[in-house]
Amino acid sequence: MDTLSYSAILGRILIQFLPVWIALAATFAVSISFKRRLGLYGKLFDSPVGMIGFGIVMFWVFTALFANQIITFDPYSQFSGMKNKPLGTPLAGTIEGAYSHFLLGGDHLARDVFSRMVMGARSVLSIAPAATLFAFMVGITLGVPAGYFGGRLDTTLSFVANLVLAFPVILLFYLLVTPEIRLTGIPVAMAALLFLFPIIFLTVLFNARFFTDPKKRNLYVGIVLVLGGWAYSGLAFNMDPLGVWRMDPNLLNVFVSVVFVNSPTVFRIVRGIVMDLKARDYVAAGQTRGEGPWYIMLWEILPNARGPLIVDFCLRIGYTTILLGTLGFFGLGVAPDSPDWGSTIDDGRKTLALFPHAALAPALALMSLVLGLNLLADGLREESLKD
Amino acid sequence: MLIFVARRLGLMLLTAFVLTFVVFYLTNLPPNLEKLARSEGSVRMSDEAVAGWIEQNGHGGSVFLRYGQWLGVVPGWTRVDDKGVARGRCFAAGTDPAAAPRYCGILQGNWGYSTFAKTQVLPYLSGMLASTGWLMLWVMIVMIPSSLVIGVVAGMREGSRTDRVLSTFSIATTATPEYVSGVILVALLASPVTGLSPILADWGWISGRTLFLGASSPDNITFWSFTLPVMTIALYGIGYIARMTRASMTEVMTAQYIRTARLKGVSFRQVVLKHALRNALIAPFTVIMLQFPWLLNGVVIVETLFNYKGFGWTLVQAAGNNDINLLLGCSVVAVFVVLVTQLISDIGYVFLNPRIRLS
Repeated sequence: MDTLSYSAILGRILIQFLPVWIALAATFAVSISFKRRLGLYGKLFDSPVGMIGFGIVMFWVFTALFANQIITFDPYSQFSGMKNKPLGTPLAGTIEGAYSHFLLGGDHLARDVFSRMVMGARSVLSIAPAATLFAFMVGITLGVPAGYFGGRLDTTLSFVANLVLAFPVILLFYLLVTPEIRLTGIPVAMAALLFLFPIIFLTVLFNARFFTDPKKRNLYVGIVLVLGGWAYSGLAFNMDPLGVWRMDPNLLNVFVSVVFVNSPTVFRIVRGIVMDLKARDYVAAGQTRGEGPWYIMLWEILPNARGPLIVDFCLRIGYTTILLGTLGFFGLGVAPDSPDWGSTIDDGRKTLALFPHAALAPALALMSLVLGLNLLADGLREESLKD
Repeated sequence: MLIFVARRLGLMLLTAFVLTFVVFYLTNLPPNLEKLARSEGSVRMSDEAVAGWIEQNGHGGSVFLRYGQWLGVVPGWTRVDDKGVARGRCFAAGTDPAAAPRYCGILQGNWGYSTFAKTQVLPYLSGMLASTGWLMLWVMIVMIPSSLVIGVVAGMREGSRTDRVLSTFSIATTATPEYVSGVILVALLASPVTGLSPILADWGWISGRTLFLGASSPDNITFWSFTLPVMTIALYGIGYIARMTRASMTEVMTAQYIRTARLKGVSFRQVVLKHALRNALIAPFTVIMLQFPWLLNGVVIVETLFNYKGFGWTLVQAAGNNDINLLLGCSVVAVFVVLVTQLISDIGYVFLNPRIRLS
């Protein structure tokens, strides 16, 4: 069999991504036809920049979802004779029912670069948004009261946040993500602390709103505590009685460190916005009505801060993706054969000058995802400022 | 002003203490010490032997005391081992303990012995820092002027085509971390099989096999070996600083006094150069200073990628080889750089911006 030409490779890749194209087309068709009824999300489709960004981001989200259908080979298995082979090389000795070519060539261990890149999307997108969400929970739970009450609470929390921010990220990673530190239980302790914040946030949120109606309050807070406690026991301590929630110690270490690095910045942003908003008239009106501080903070100020927070959330997912890539690039906290983009770039860079394709594919993938998120954030910022 | 500076300095010292303690604690975790014992002593040591080694070499006891010794505010440990040889922190085994100084921490200039470099940490690290200094110098020379020019030109006429093009460029570079831009640059410009180099070699325009070199070293600073690492670090910063400059410039350009100047008939060129530029450059100054922690990141990645033996490379080696003293030294330098730049940015901001008055 012949080596595929570049146009044949491109065509085949486009066909492989068919489920993604269908899903993208459906998303855009539905969103554009109902865009007037979808609030800020709908307005996104008025801005070309936002639409491009959203398209790129959703492309990778759908790729992660349909990764099993898209890949042409098992991303972990090695194929004899395919080491460092260029793009479109046919497989020596075809396997029954499998595809016949390595679309983007083989890497230094004779694995399919294309399939690994596609699987990498899944491993990145299963961590980055969740880690960002946790960082936001921590940042909001601490930043809103710090900005609202000010005083000694604010001074202390800001000092701690500045401490973490004064660490160069890479140094923090080298100190926090090591096999040795996993033996000491520090990641578990950090997880125990950081994973508590979403539960605290939701409990306070519902309590502030419904404490006048104990029946409803008990229901909502009860649900939060039961579900939250269940997930908490599993994620932080790996002691979920039902075994649904669990996190690999490696992954927990990476996850906790990324949340830890991100939350001080979120704290500072939230604190700044709240300090700005608390001087508004509607806050004074709420105080005059006799509303409690937590109600004002979480149900009056926070909804009004959502614009900048959503924008920053998008940017921060991109930043988290970069951080995860950095961790992978230095081989910290990931399995050696993991297909995530950072580690594949690291694997590929050793043979970079002679066989650049193995590192280029994941590098371009990572870049496009982060670029998409940045464009999406830009579009959202533009549209939210128009209100 | 003096009180402000003094307060900032005090806060900085407090931060430095806390940070160095955290670093000390994290590098001296029991598993790290056990690993050190096995690599320095013997791999097949029993657990008791490891515990004994840790005790004998001054790594036992309270972490606060050890931190104090390392810092140089608590007298260094002395011990007489089973063979009757006096050992201590401040003197080599077998020499006279009475002649040695009582305190010997980093404050006294004793940064310890590096097990990786097989030499004292301080001179080794200063050599590495000098190498990184050259890299950073060129990064600054490339990054600051280009990012300021891009930002000012883009922000001068908001919404124009130039603005759109430059803003897109800035967004694209901020979306490209160093390990991605480095890989792309090498593939394009320093690979004998892809990108420009094979074409140029075909035409006979370059004598070597590649246009730029994919590796660089501090002993051989040339345009061909330094361009790629410098560009890799600078690109990320250019996008970020340019965006900040642009935001600041657009804000200034909508200010009342700019409109007044335009209405008085001052030419656009004069307005930009004489009236807008100075005020627009206050914010980027802070941003440039606060970019340092991220530049450190870039240095570590680029020195690893291009195998440039400098500070970042040392940090990676120290961490990878469990060299506690060297890693501590690197951390102190990193934390120091970050804190000093923060201080400069705070003080400089007050100096540059006459609207801020400190009572």
